[in-house]
Amino acid sequence: MKVKVITRSEEDYTRERTSDLRKVQRNYDPLLHPLEKAKEYTRALNSAKLDRIFAKPFLAALQHDDGVTCLARNPKLVNSIVAGSADGDIRIWDIPRQRTLRRLVGHTGAVKGISFTPDGQTCVSASTDATVKLWKVPYAPFEAGVVQDDAEAVFEFHGKNAFRGIDHHWDRSSFATAGVAVDIWDHSRSEPIQTLTWGSDTVTSVRFNPAEPDVFASTGSDRAITLYDLRRATPLRKVVMQTRSNALAWNPMEPFNFTAANEDCCLYTFDMRKLGSALSVHKDFVSAVMDVDYSPTGREFVAGSYDRSLRIFSVSGGHSREVYTTKRMQRVFAVRFSGDATYVFSGSDDMNVRCWKAKASEQLGIRLPREKHKQAYHDALLERYKHMPEVKRIVRHRHLPAAIYKAAKMRRTVVESDRRKLQRRIEHSAPGSIVVQTERKRKILAQVE
Amino acid sequence: MAESVPPPPGGKRKSSKKRKIVFDSDAKETAKRLKRGPGVNLKSITDKKLKGKLRRAEAVFSSSQKKAAQISEWLLPATAGTLVAEGIERTWNFKQEDIVQAVDVTAARKAFDLSLPELGPYKLNFTRNGRFMLLGGSLGHLAIMDWQRAHLVCEVQVREAVRDVVFLHNETFFAAAQKKYVYVYDKRGLEVHCLRAHVRANVLDFLPHHFLLTSIGKHGGHNWVSNGVTIWSYRLCGTNHDGVLRYQDTSTGQIVAQHKTLLGPCSVMRHNPHNGVILLGHARGCVTMWTPNMTTAAVKMLCHRGPLNALAVDASGTYMATAGMDSQIKVWDVRMLRPMHDYYSPAPVTRMDISQRGLLAVGYGRKVQVWQDALRNKAQSPYLTHNLPEGVTEVFRFCPYEDVLGIGHSAGISTILVPGAGEPNFDSFVANPFQTVKQRQQQEVVALLDKLQPDTIVLDPDMIGRVRKEPAEVARQRRQEEAAANTARRVAMRREAETKDKMKGKNRPSRRHRKKQNNIIEDRKPAVKERQKEEAARRKEATEKSEAAIPKDAPRAVRRFYKS
Repeated sequence: MKVKVITRSEEDYTRERTSDLRKVQRNYDPLLHPLEKAKEYTRALNSAKLDRIFAKPFLAALQHDDGVTCLARNPKLVNSIVAGSADGDIRIWDIPRQRTLRRLVGHTGAVKGISFTPDGQTCVSASTDATVKLWKVPYAPFEAGVVQDDAEAVFEFHGKNAFRGIDHHWDRSSFATAGVAVDIWDHSRSEPIQTLTWGSDTVTSVRFNPAEPDVFASTGSDRAITLYDLRRATPLRKVVMQTRSNALAWNPMEPFNFTAANEDCCLYTFDMRKLGSALSVHKDFVSAVMDVDYSPTGREFVAGSYDRSLRIFSVSGGHSREVYTTKRMQRVFAVRFSGDATYVFSGSDDMNVRCWKAKASEQLGIRLPREKHKQAYHDALLERYKHMPEVKRIVRHRHLPAAIYKAAKMRRTVVESDRRKLQRRIEHSAPGSIVVQTERKRKILAQVE
Repeated sequence: MAESVPPPPGGKRKSSKKRKIVFDSDAKETAKRLKRGPGVNLKSITDKKLKGKLRRAEAVFSSSQKKAAQISEWLLPATAGTLVAEGIERTWNFKQEDIVQAVDVTAARKAFDLSLPELGPYKLNFTRNGRFMLLGGSLGHLAIMDWQRAHLVCEVQVREAVRDVVFLHNETFFAAAQKKYVYVYDKRGLEVHCLRAHVRANVLDFLPHHFLLTSIGKHGGHNWVSNGVTIWSYRLCGTNHDGVLRYQDTSTGQIVAQHKTLLGPCSVMRHNPHNGVILLGHARGCVTMWTPNMTTAAVKMLCHRGPLNALAVDASGTYMATAGMDSQIKVWDVRMLRPMHDYYSPAPVTRMDISQRGLLAVGYGRKVQVWQDALRNKAQSPYLTHNLPEGVTEVFRFCPYEDVLGIGHSAGISTILVPGAGEPNFDSFVANPFQTVKQRQQQEVVALLDKLQPDTIVLDPDMIGRVRKEPAEVARQRRQEEAAANTARRVAMRREAETKDKMKGKNRPSRRHRKKQNNIIEDRKPAVKERQKEEAARRKEATEKSEAAIPKDAPRAVRRFYKS
């Protein structure tokens, strides 16, 4: 007879020395792994719960002496941010050590905009005292401890009226300011080299397109978003909306798209080639949206609003992925994404620049390969099961302050009752007599060329 | 700088083809098993984004299935046991002594006889990794031993009747169904819990993925405390049922469910490892299947003419073997609930078990028979036979991941070698026979995190991932129900409004009656409209069909000749 019986020698299945790794055997036969789907669902539920347990996004608050009105990100340095406040004080922050590197003194009015030059070593700031100042930006020193020095402007540009916004070109040594009209300046000229105006309304913010060197857009108090081309003497076209836009941001990965933060609590993403209809409408705020900034990945953006919260939205539309609020944070006037898309900065009325994590439950720092794999598994589970009711309830859950919660509830009832009324009107009128406009077109009044 | 290869003359350069993976027949079957079902039919999906996403997902699944099949073909360290008879030999003639002589020393040590004649017939249980064995003698002898190394871990004499023993999630805890209650012991032999909910349990079982301890026993009477004296009153409360199935979660201690089977006392209980359903065999010949979510049996099958003696389910949850007092052993397809094969034995078989690889062990008295491939096909002859030297069989349990059958009998414990019974390759993350203490602790934590809730126990575990599509009939029925509900509501509202009993004027009875008649037509309107629509659709189809029969270039005058 021929007999063979299972025999396992202990040496083959255990390690020799304590310095060796333990041996792992795998057998993927489904007989040994029953109830796989139920287990996977249970793991998805657990990862949703763990995600919420570890969601601690707030990192640091950096103090100013007056409300923070603008923020700027250095394109060449990831670890620093420049914040300008309402009393004309500009501070360069070293985020990892949470200390001020420089205080840029000089402005007498509120600083309305700061922007960096392409080399990341100088920045320009515009203020309501009708001046634009050029500053040198130092590197962060390696030694720890308080460093703060005061610095003076290298150059000053004088304008006739107060400035409302500024944006430096990403390639040239010229910048655009927003005020009474859009002025294009050069570093070597003390007078604007070009002035573009359309109508007699103030321009509130201006942004250069990240791919086309000559195209930029501005928002104005005539409730319009205007597109300009530097090679022409007059603006190109503008789209007039029902309410005013406060800020604008171009998508760095899809440079023909931009998002405008509007006074009617929504953000509108437009394709600059087809301004007749918005690409998507992002609705979650309950008060005017003050600022918007895209992530370097181009897949999401952060927006801060007058209702004391900041939200992170995904580009493809829908509700906000994340909402950050604190009892001590008042009206948010400026938001920026960090250069590595890991952090989000908010400058608010309570004189603080706050640093938050872009992904609230992310573990920062260097992670081991096994940790990364586990995290990727959890993310994949959540992605697959996020529509299931139990998982969805946990994933969506965010604590909101009572004021925002109640305001949102009120908005929902108003919207719902409007919708019901419209539906009944359509039901009881001649078919085709009531034309319903889509949400993406509703707020656009006209396109003017 | 690397030189680029110039394109070959005359034609496009061949793109690098992926190496096509070719399987031989065994590997093909493994590959098919690893597939876990057919893929999604992408043709029926019209949404482009969804189609693209699903296509990519299906590609990932198929590549991972192929990789797993490759791993199982090349990387698994061990192969299953075999016993081949040469010439005129037959495998059932081989004695255990011959087999033990023919194998190596380590394997030979696995077959032994433990003689324990004083403390009653012994019940047996193995841990999930097959390393530890739990013995429970009917007269109160409980012991855990590392049977392969002949090392006794703990031993305790409880001096009470013990009807069944079972390990909990690992070797650190076990439960014993004693005379009145079920007790949980530590691996040092110390009593940890007394589970008073389980009264006079006959059989115990443990569902490892759900951490549920199940017992079948009596309901027991209420105990009323009056003036500090406990009164037991069976007649007053009248709840002294036999055959009560209890589920208790051993991680939280909560009693999840208690079901009265109402089929009398029961002493045959097994669980289906594929879906966690408990199968009970009753004295009237029926097998019932229970989940903690339903108070009645999910399935009730009449299996035998006479009481059930034994029951066993295979690891894949496809086959169930039952043995009854009518001397028959029947094999059932437990997913389709259909009978497959019948076997007849000279005396009623009392003990049964199915191994990981589908070997069926049956026995009565001193006889033990192991049948190979008796479940899928009808086997003609047994694979191995064995007669116990002493004692009468009490329980059979195959050891997981080993080619060993453990037999508990009235004179102790025996193990016999059954080549080809156990799965040769274990998965360290499921059950590791060479587990260290730290690995055991980690696995306990992971098992608790992955613990499934009792309401996930369903007859078909694949139901959890399915997409529910509404068939047209269900939709139509629902629309009809809605219409009926709407008319009922309208009728009720109208009846409410008609409470006035005026004799003259606008609201006189004749006028009301007339209005009512009108409203009946109103109620019928949607059904009439539906029928008219269907009629119009049918007519349109008929005209289209007749028009289609007429060729397009035929002149109008000859059209009537084409009409059928």
